[in-house]
Amino acid sequence: MPAHVQPVRVYFGVFAALMAFTALTVFASFVNLGHANTFVALGIAAAKATLVILYFMHVKGNTKLVPVVILSGLFFLLLLFLFLAADYGTRGWLGVPGR
Amino acid sequence: MASEGHGHDLPGLAHHFDSYAQQRDSATLGMWTFLVTEILFFGGLFAAYGVYRSLYPEVFRASSHTLSIQLGTFNTVVLIASSLTMALAVRGGQTGKGKLAAALLVLTLILGSVFLVVKGFEYHEKFVEHHVPGASFHFEGPDAPHAQLFFSLYFLMTGLHALHMIIGIVLVGYVAIRAASGAYTPENYNFLEGTGLYWHFVDLIWIFLFPLLYLIGRH
Repeated sequence: MPAHVQPVRVYFGVFAALMAFTALTVFASFVNLGHANTFVALGIAAAKATLVILYFMHVKGNTKLVPVVILSGLFFLLLLFLFLAADYGTRGWLGVPGR
Repeated sequence: MASEGHGHDLPGLAHHFDSYAQQRDSATLGMWTFLVTEILFFGGLFAAYGVYRSLYPEVFRASSHTLSIQLGTFNTVVLIASSLTMALAVRGGQTGKGKLAAALLVLTLILGSVFLVVKGFEYHEKFVEHHVPGASFHFEGPDAPHAQLFFSLYFLMTGLHALHMIIGIVLVGYVAIRAASGAYTPENYNFLEGTGLYWHFVDLIWIFLFPLLYLIGRH
């Protein structure tokens, strides 16, 4: 069974979307949204990454084991970020000298 | 010898696989397992960035503004375009069009090199401006010592990214030669697909690096 071949227009469509998102993220950085600026930038980056992973990297239409591997990796990345945030975010709470 | 005990002697199918599909899935899964370790490897740097940016937001913002948004955006476009040519090259391999794949791979290689040359000019500017962390570091503005944290992370993250680009360019050059000689068939283009996955991964890292390094509160 040969691999699923995506039509060429899918690749160009994804490329156009990635270009649009790039323009949007540059534009958004010039608009003052307060703290939301960072989350907008990361949200757009996540959307771009999802497009690349699903279509350029053929995760869509591939063996279902691949998303399991990717999500397990992202889960551990999330653990790293969450525990670091919990640590640094709460260091001043107890008022212990030298933190 | 390939069929020994397995009952097949198909070209490009290793004897320990039952079918091309199984061989392809195994190659893809193996490559993704490696890429996940790479994501976690870069993840440590992103975590460090998150910690220091939350501790010193003003100086990260001021440091970010010394980077050229034009060059950063240009490089983002170049890298995404190279991902497109790479994806189309893999499609060429998939459909048995070796010559087309080779031409697209050469284009990918050129775009990747353009990215690195622009990056080189950006690094040069940082050296001229004494924005490279170390003894001769100089930064105008409040809380200047902590600006070194931003620039350390900038050089570490973009440098590691550039190292991956260099490895990617070597791989793309190799598969371009192989593709031109018709090494990839619709049944087995696994090495080409794996190289494509690696190249797209490098693009993924840049997709996050670009807003985090170049676009901090430009308003």
